Amino acid sequence: MGRKNSFKTFAKEIPTNIFSGFVVSLIALPLGLGLALASGAPPISGIIAAVVGGIVTAILGGSNVTITGPGNGLVVVILAAITTLGNGDMQQGFLYTLAAIVVSGIIMIILGFLRLGSLGDFFPSSAIQGMLAAIGIGIFAKQVHVMLGNLNAKGSIIELMLGIPEGIKYYFTTDNQSVFYAGSVGIISFLIMVFYSKIRNRYFQLIPAPMWIVVLSVGMHYYYQYFSVALYPIEESLLIALPNDVMSNFAFPDFGKLLEFDFINAVIAITLIASIESLLSIKAVDKLDPLKRRSNVNKDIRALGLATVISGFLGGLNVVTVIARSSVNVNNKGTNRSANFFHAIFLVLFILLFATELRKIPLAALAAILVYTGYKLASPENIKKVFRIGKEQLIIFLITLITTISTSLITGILVGIISTFFIHVVINKDIMLFLRNLLKPNVLMFKEDDKYFVSIDNFSSFLNFTKLKSKLNQIPENEDVIIDFSLCDFVDHSVMENMNSYAETFKRKGGHLEIIGLDNYSTRSDHPFALRKNIPDFIKPKKGVLTKRQKSLQKIGTELNWNYLPLQEEKISELPTFGYFKTRQINKVSNIVSNDECSFFDVEFSEGEMIAKQVIRASMFYIKLDKEIPEFTLDREGFFEYIYHFAGFKDIEIDNHPDFSKRFYLSGKNQEKIKELFTDELIFFFESNPYHHIESSKQGLLILGKERLAGVKEIKALADFGIRLQKIISS
Amino acid sequence: MQIFKKILIGIAFSPNLKANLFEAIRISNMFSAKLVAVHVGNKTDEKKQKLQLLLNEAPNLNTPLNTIWQKGKPVNVILETCKNEGIDLLILGALQKENLYKYYVGSIARELTRKSPCSVLLLIKPSVIRVPCKHIVVNGLKDEKTKDTIKTAFKIGNQLDCKRITIVEEISQAELDIKVSDDISLRKATIEKAKIKKREDLRVENILSEIDCKETTLKIQSIFGRRGYSIGHYAKIKRADLLIMNAPKKMGFIDRIFPHDIEYILSELPTDLLIVK
Repeated sequence: MGRKNSFKTFAKEIPTNIFSGFVVSLIALPLGLGLALASGAPPISGIIAAVVGGIVTAILGGSNVTITGPGNGLVVVILAAITTLGNGDMQQGFLYTLAAIVVSGIIMIILGFLRLGSLGDFFPSSAIQGMLAAIGIGIFAKQVHVMLGNLNAKGSIIELMLGIPEGIKYYFTTDNQSVFYAGSVGIISFLIMVFYSKIRNRYFQLIPAPMWIVVLSVGMHYYYQYFSVALYPIEESLLIALPNDVMSNFAFPDFGKLLEFDFINAVIAITLIASIESLLSIKAVDKLDPLKRRSNVNKDIRALGLATVISGFLGGLNVVTVIARSSVNVNNKGTNRSANFFHAIFLVLFILLFATELRKIPLAALAAILVYTGYKLASPENIKKVFRIGKEQLIIFLITLITTISTSLITGILVGIISTFFIHVVINKDIMLFLRNLLKPNVLMFKEDDKYFVSIDNFSSFLNFTKLKSKLNQIPENEDVIIDFSLCDFVDHSVMENMNSYAETFKRKGGHLEIIGLDNYSTRSDHPFALRKNIPDFIKPKKGVLTKRQKSLQKIGTELNWNYLPLQEEKISELPTFGYFKTRQINKVSNIVSNDECSFFDVEFSEGEMIAKQVIRASMFYIKLDKEIPEFTLDREGFFEYIYHFAGFKDIEIDNHPDFSKRFYLSGKNQEKIKELFTDELIFFFESNPYHHIESSKQGLLILGKERLAGVKEIKALADFGIRLQKIISS
Repeated sequence: MQIFKKILIGIAFSPNLKANLFEAIRISNMFSAKLVAVHVGNKTDEKKQKLQLLLNEAPNLNTPLNTIWQKGKPVNVILETCKNEGIDLLILGALQKENLYKYYVGSIARELTRKSPCSVLLLIKPSVIRVPCKHIVVNGLKDEKTKDTIKTAFKIGNQLDCKRITIVEEISQAELDIKVSDDISLRKATIEKAKIKKREDLRVENILSEIDCKETTLKIQSIFGRRGYSIGHYAKIKRADLLIMNAPKKMGFIDRIFPHDIEYILSELPTDLLIVK
């Protein structure tokens, strides 16, 4: 890969990135102003964050198509910080908060250097969902009032929520013209946000919804100015206030409270939310990247930290990676970080050229944008989604949500983590499983036969997910991976969800990631992300809940036009007649895909007895034959582990096929008949296909690959091998 | 290479005694070694009788059993006997965790393992009837003792009639000085890993060139991961019958608090374990 070449493509892609940056800036402008206002900060601070963020992360960042700027999540935290630090004086509070922002930026730089981007994994996903919903409700509760033209609503989130009916009543009954008009602009703006995606008009969709709101409200102002005899009906106080000289009036942070408890608290909250929001967004945006690149998370966090420090010193808010603006960037074919840079440049141009126009925007219009964002974060849809995964996830979600709303974000997320752990303990009825194994390494990864095999021991949950993640991140995504959870007693929802996103990434990049060993687990819902607990053999699994692997097997069955049975009550009666099972006790046969002649299935059997007993699960292929054939076993030469039950029989040499005799170990009682059976065609078949252990009873053939459960891809290969073998043998 | 000529077994009159004793006798016969049994406690007629009854049932020992009865602290007595008698191999029985099939080493056995002057064999599932040993996993990490350990493994494989040996090279993650953070570093790390693997394979093959291993199915597996842990996990999923490891250098107080190397395996035995001194 030449540097010149990559520069060429970079130069070639500049026009598309300029366009994409332009579209993003159309959204970033109203959002930046709105988010800053909602945070209780001067509107320009949001724009400063977006501009600084765009320039710094474009140069130093580690991701590709992300857009940075002020984030939704921080609204609640910043507002709380300004109020508590300022003791009622919003202006002074803002200066203290700027200092907190600078410090949190420094912490993020340190986190990035310590490669602690993985800290985000320690938050269970339902707790994070709950926290985001709480933030959504927080934004919603405050901004509904602003949207209706009432700037004076104050109180806790719950009080604000309860005040909404009162606010609506006030809007309809008020005799204050200004409030009524502002409220009307707000409501119309909200309707634009809601119905924007429903109007499928190409020209209408050229401008993003938030920009429509800006354009229309500015247009309304000009209407009153030039065409109408009436005066502009909305008071100055209900319009955006921008400093007269944007470029010179920067607020400077006040570090006066550096060591006070409230200040430290604010720093922690800001850092926590800024990193979580950024990490989630980076991860999500990577999945959208059309070029399938992997972001350097730690580098990005460092850049965001530096951007936050600079932004804080210039009087701007935190810089985080934001998902909504990033997806707009991807949709408009942004290909690299220059789009982020251009979005910043366009924002500067807007502010410099259109400052007068922007001052005409009613606050209510911006509030409407935020009300919609808040609603999206806390929408009932999200709650339904969580509930579908499992009741216990909903409990975690609600606990986190309610604690966050009624106390603070930090308390909320802590309570969420603790309650998740507590619920895991209750479900397993075992706390020692977690305590004893928490700090132990539990992941083994090795490469065998060009395939990566990952095995996880003890338990796998949000508590120790980083260990698994750090191994998985080392696998190139175009490889084959098998993840075996069969040694795990418990797998939680966060891990399942992450495994699913890994599987998607591998699929996108041409690899294959498959999970085995979960078929025996009990779940509480049929959602693929539901948590799973290993159940002892004597309890039968509930019917009707199929794992992803089982569903794939079912699909293979349908494709072949064969039957699929997840669980067989009676065992396949021919199995014990095979030599392989002479010393092994069959416990259970499951996941059977079969037609009249052939079947493949998972079989669970035990080796040894009493204390030496070991339970093993393996996938096999069985062929029923019409004619009688001699008993034999066929193996790779030197693969002694299978054949001790036929000890005493020598390797049978087939005449004229020295290569076959050298590579395969064939043994059996009736040498003559076996030699007869092994025709040239059959020998050629074995020689040209991968090794399997094959043995015959009188009327059947048993094929097995490895002594473990096979992944779906391996099952397909096994089935293909078996079907072709069956055709040759029976012909 | 270790040759085990004298084997010591500690006798506590527990339910496992029979199986432990039978295993020890079989192993002594296979190694053509002398067996010494030590009991820490009083020598009573009742105990003597019990032992004799078991010995009558057991397979014949090729060389007569030497029984030592001595009072004192179990750990001290056994360690002293090891020194005095010139023992090469100490056999200990492991305990099973209450639920599921997980085994761990009790406090006495753990202390013995740490302090023993000779090699130690920990049995997780002693059995009255012989369970054939089919698969031996041996460590191949970069250490001056490894050569000796691998040679011992082949010798034992020969004596136990085990035809399959896997040498596991545990490569510490720290040896890879590239941290994976994006596509480019991942590509570099993958190449670097392949290089390290090749180097390690070559080192092991060098050792193997001195050993006759035509008869065995041999496999060299490299694993990037925590030393001492990965090999145990590997032995577990490959269902090895015997795991052979180097004796750790020296273990201090800190190693017990922050377990590493062999401590991981002792806390949850995956298979029978032989620690070669």
